[in-house]
Amino acid sequence: MDEIFERLNTVFRDFFDDEDIELDEETTADDIDDWDSLNHITLMAAVEDEFGIRFTMGEVSGMKNVGEMAQIIKDRA
Amino acid sequence: MKDIFTYPFDSGFLLKKQKSLRKEMKNDGVKRIPVKIAVLAGSTANAVCDQLELFLLNYGLEPSFYISEYGQYWQDAMFPPHELTEFSPDLIYIHTTNRNINSFPAVTDSREDAFAAIDGEFQRYRQMWESLKEKFGCPIIQNNFEQPPFRLLGNSDCSDIHGRVRTVNELNLKFAEYAENEQKFYINDINYVSACYGLDAWADNLSWQMYKYALALPAVPYLAANLAAIIKAIYGKNKKVITLDLDNTLWGGVVGDDGADKIKIGMDLPSGQVYSEFQEYIKLHKDLGVLLTVCSKNDYENAEAGLNHPDGTLKPDDFTVIKANWENKDRNILETAEELSLLPESFVFADDNPAEREIVREQLKGTAVPEMDGAENYVRIMDRNRYFEVVSLSEDDRRRTEMYKANAQRASLQKSFSDYGEYLDSLDMSAEIKSFAPPYLQRIAQLTNKSNQFNVTTRRYTDAEIEKLASDDSYITLYGRLSDKFGDNGVVSVVIGHKDNDTLHIDLWIMSCRVLKREMEFAMLDNVVSEAKKCGITKIKGYYYPTAKNAMVKELFGSFGFRKISDDNGNTVWELETAGFEPYTKHIRINTEEN
Repeated sequence: MDEIFERLNTVFRDFFDDEDIELDEETTADDIDDWDSLNHITLMAAVEDEFGIRFTMGEVSGMKNVGEMAQIIKDRA
Repeated sequence: MKDIFTYPFDSGFLLKKQKSLRKEMKNDGVKRIPVKIAVLAGSTANAVCDQLELFLLNYGLEPSFYISEYGQYWQDAMFPPHELTEFSPDLIYIHTTNRNINSFPAVTDSREDAFAAIDGEFQRYRQMWESLKEKFGCPIIQNNFEQPPFRLLGNSDCSDIHGRVRTVNELNLKFAEYAENEQKFYINDINYVSACYGLDAWADNLSWQMYKYALALPAVPYLAANLAAIIKAIYGKNKKVITLDLDNTLWGGVVGDDGADKIKIGMDLPSGQVYSEFQEYIKLHKDLGVLLTVCSKNDYENAEAGLNHPDGTLKPDDFTVIKANWENKDRNILETAEELSLLPESFVFADDNPAEREIVREQLKGTAVPEMDGAENYVRIMDRNRYFEVVSLSEDDRRRTEMYKANAQRASLQKSFSDYGEYLDSLDMSAEIKSFAPPYLQRIAQLTNKSNQFNVTTRRYTDAEIEKLASDDSYITLYGRLSDKFGDNGVVSVVIGHKDNDTLHIDLWIMSCRVLKREMEFAMLDNVVSEAKKCGITKIKGYYYPTAKNAMVKELFGSFGFRKISDDNGNTVWELETAGFEPYTKHIRINTEEN
């Protein structure tokens, strides 16, 4: 799980071009300034590319925070 | 390292890094041409604009965007909102997809009704284009339609008039026919790009249902690259030259080691066929006006022997310049560029050897270096990079190889004269120098965007601006077209100046480098002065603004007899009294009569 968080952290830092991002289980869009509905899908595509997976529609609509995202990735592995 | 904007694209990387890539390019100090792009979209377009921006920045263009409200493409086109009018686009992109076909024929429709439905759909789009043309007059790029996500009629969907595949194909044909008859209307062929990408992967339903994107996010860089290729071509940023390695690029094997009779080329063996096919593909580019040159580490005799192989398609004569020696390739490309009066950034360097590619990529920024891995992939790799996107096939383009050949003939003629003036007379030159007028307006705009070296102010003009200037009395505009006994060089020089009481300010003075040292700049000067005098102008002011590329015209006005009146960090202002001006031109016959 730690490894997943580390990789997610790198994707988020790259994507938002912000080295100060520190993700935890509870992180949501509210915690990161630039994370809005318009770039959410691009962020999802970046995460999918990193882990070589595609989220399903159910997963995308159900995800409440980064912890849940990491859990889905872990379950897929 | 591979250039990230070279096919095939790493979509994940481009999407992930778009923010830092954008920042990096925006801060690299490169002077780019600003382009205002209005995106009228039938689906979400933000990621499309983000990726398009990266590709355009890479091409030396700096876009800013107006994006229509979600799904408002038709309304925006028919009744432009204030923001759009205010934005005053240089270019309009209509990002519609098969999600924006409102009325497909129903299976129960009569044949007539089905056709009527398709035509009604086409008219809806046509109205939009006509409205935009009238209101903005700028280039319009319109997506055609990708194939539909399902086939109700199975294979008959493509043949039966009630089928959606048939509808898409009919509409695409109507779009194409419209484009064929319009000057500034271009199709972004997403039908082709989505097929290359894979339709199922492209038409990702989740992206549509959740976010109203008509294509999957990883497909967006491919769409953006295809679109950027059209835009860069409109702005005159196509490549002009393919410079080719020989061994294992144009034929299999090493001619110096194997001997010309042993190289692999021709239809007898698959290993030769693959190179024949590539040679044929390369040769086709000559019809587009693309110049071909050789850049090979070989003894010249061996290179020539290889190119004279009876089964080869390309012959020594097809190449404007052949560099076959043991110098570094970046040196050879630089020399070739100088001989052709072109910049290295106009070159595509095709070589199977990754080490040679790396050197050229490092030494010559701007020279395109495709990843030529695997001879069976050469054609696709070259083609997908869209180096030579055709937006209008001008007569000049088709004749370019001829023109450069004629230049080479002129050069050899020059050697046989002791006196340069005698040489110029022998060329039997005549020039047409007149105010801007059709049918040259497009070519004039193209030149203003392409000329970097012989360009005192590096101002760029759109087609629409040139059209406006042509009928504006407060301007003096002149184009110059030069012919000689070896051929017609086409429109090669443009001058624009605006009048301010008794003074004429020169806004633009450009010339194509292929007519350097032909006295053409003086012919233009003589006519600028005589036109100015006719309007009661007593003083002409010239301006020079230095860029990385225009050092050759630093003293242009000085050589014309202008007096330098100020110098602000290299930005210089020059002045000439028109009284007492004596024309310079001695070797060119000039035709200035209005048509």
